[in-house]
Amino acid sequence: MTLFAIIGAFVVGFGTIFLFLGALGIFRLPDVYNRLQAGTKCTTLGAFCAIVGVGIAQPDWIFKAVIVAVFILLTNPISAHALARASYKSAIRPYEGTVVDKCREFGECEEVKDGAEDFQPGLDDEE
Amino acid sequence: MNLTLYTIFFGIGAAAVLLCMLRALLGPTASDRLVAVDGMITITTALLVLLALFLGRRIYVDVALVYAVLAFVGVIAVARYLERGL
Repeated sequence: MTLFAIIGAFVVGFGTIFLFLGALGIFRLPDVYNRLQAGTKCTTLGAFCAIVGVGIAQPDWIFKAVIVAVFILLTNPISAHALARASYKSAIRPYEGTVVDKCREFGECEEVKDGAEDFQPGLDDEE
Repeated sequence: MNLTLYTIFFGIGAAAVLLCMLRALLGPTASDRLVAVDGMITITTALLVLLALFLGRRIYVDVALVYAVLAFVGVIAVARYLERGL
């Protein structure tokens, strides 16, 4: 086992633990926005560390591994932002313990109506 | 020894995918399921790159790259659909 393999295995293990913690957050947290926060941050760091660790352990592959890692690092926040925006616009309330909701406070998301339970996406702009 | 270590990492990653899949099955709204699937996608990309190292096949890194690109487009499309319809 060379030095590169040892360092790579260490980094991969660090990333894998973060992947597991992110999945635990997705499973246990109470509403969509908390789940999104835990899922996005933890899995981004975990996937980045795991892929770069593979690149360290196998130094021929470092170029492609860094391409995949940087792609994940760039696109994961974008998809998380789109998901949070879509959740808010489709009238999903934050749960009761939420302290501050700036978007509602400033009235910037006026499309949010009450009666979130019987909202069907795509059905309200048919006419 | 190296392969044993990476088998343990695979076990942890598989447990993570299992937790996300439970949330995707249980989740009360469509957004919950989509968040869980998004987490599953990121974990699966990392596990594909790990699988490339585990099996010694370089082509799986390319598979992981294509999977990440297509999954990103898919998540954006479904999020747009949830936001205001197609």
